[in-house]
Amino acid sequence: MANLKTQEKTKAQSMGLHTETLTGKTQQKFFNPDEAENFFYWGTHDVDFNKRTELDVKEMDCITANKEIDNLMSQGFGTIVIKNPQGKHSLGVGILNKLNLIFEGSLGYFGVGSIDGPVVRINGRVGWSCAENMMAGKVVIEKNAGSCFGAAIRGGDLICKGSVGARTGIDQKGGTIIIGGDAGAFTGFMMQRGRIIILGDVGINLGDSMYDGTLYIGGKIGSFGSDAVESPMTKSDIDWIERKLKVAEIGQGFDISKITKVVSGKKLWNYDALEPTEKKGAI
Amino acid sequence: MAKKKKNKNKKTKGQLGKKKETAREKMIGQSIGYRYDVNLLPDYKRITPFLKKYVEAMGWDDLNWLEDVHMGYEDDRPAVFDRNANGWVTIPKKIKLPNNQQDRDMIARELLVKFQMSPNHPLVDLKKAYLKF
Repeated sequence: MANLKTQEKTKAQSMGLHTETLTGKTQQKFFNPDEAENFFYWGTHDVDFNKRTELDVKEMDCITANKEIDNLMSQGFGTIVIKNPQGKHSLGVGILNKLNLIFEGSLGYFGVGSIDGPVVRINGRVGWSCAENMMAGKVVIEKNAGSCFGAAIRGGDLICKGSVGARTGIDQKGGTIIIGGDAGAFTGFMMQRGRIIILGDVGINLGDSMYDGTLYIGGKIGSFGSDAVESPMTKSDIDWIERKLKVAEIGQGFDISKITKVVSGKKLWNYDALEPTEKKGAI
Repeated sequence: MAKKKKNKNKKTKGQLGKKKETAREKMIGQSIGYRYDVNLLPDYKRITPFLKKYVEAMGWDDLNWLEDVHMGYEDDRPAVFDRNANGWVTIPKKIKLPNNQQDRDMIARELLVKFQMSPNHPLVDLKKAYLKF
């Protein structure tokens, strides 16, 4: 106790920071179970899927194009077709709305990142880190995707009908990634939660340093990464995969019995006294 | 007949919540933060009418991001984690929960959607103050 009294203030404390009262962890005071039925976030646009428009982004930079998408949503357009994306980077990012978004062409890096809700269809290829940090919704890519596909996604369905590069689902914290073709090395690297289905082959170090989550591999596995282990398939797994493949519009007639299920061996779960609480909060 | 003496020095297993430790917890000498299966896949036969309507309104084919939502615990009380507010939302006592984890998860999903889409959600004030476009 004596040590506590004589402890010097840190620089931040002497500047007047750290004075907030950290009482309680719950937010029950905000919670009302009788809340009215409302399916959309506060402040989002009320759009109609049947109201359709087209947007040619050939002469626009990504900021202008993204603002124009937002503008169209504010006018109630629920289906927007983007013409001539021409591999531009960061198109369709940060959409927190229900929307039917169609890209007629290919996207560059970081396409449709941080989205929360829309259904996106891309009729071409995508570059690195497509749908990075996606929160909810459905993204379908008709052709191939680059590396870091679905990096750090937290929810939703991310589907690539072709093949993907390395580090697919790196740092994944939720959601489902479905690949119709092959995947590169370090698939599911450091994943913490969520599911990845790959119907083709995967490269070396599958699920390296994964903390949690599940990988379902239909083809050959280059090698297992650190702490990734095989686990038996259950009926629940099979039913769920059948359902998801229908949602993804791929894998018709695929023999699910060939799938290998890979999970974390949990040998890397070495937290100090504080970390279990932090992990509970991080999921 | 001699009475059996109670052993007063009997040690309580587990440090947090006095629960039985798992093999992994014994090995690392500490409790693991959650005691429910975070990888449990949803049973779609148990989906609630509210969730059906929500999925339909969003134009999705299934529970989508809600597949990762489960009924957990906060300070030994049922709670659901709200990733937007980065905190656990405790379930009010008046809501009686079934024993089946699948049914509990569906209730957690429904309550979480209602909570997140409410104008009383903590992020609404933040949006009002800081929303740029």
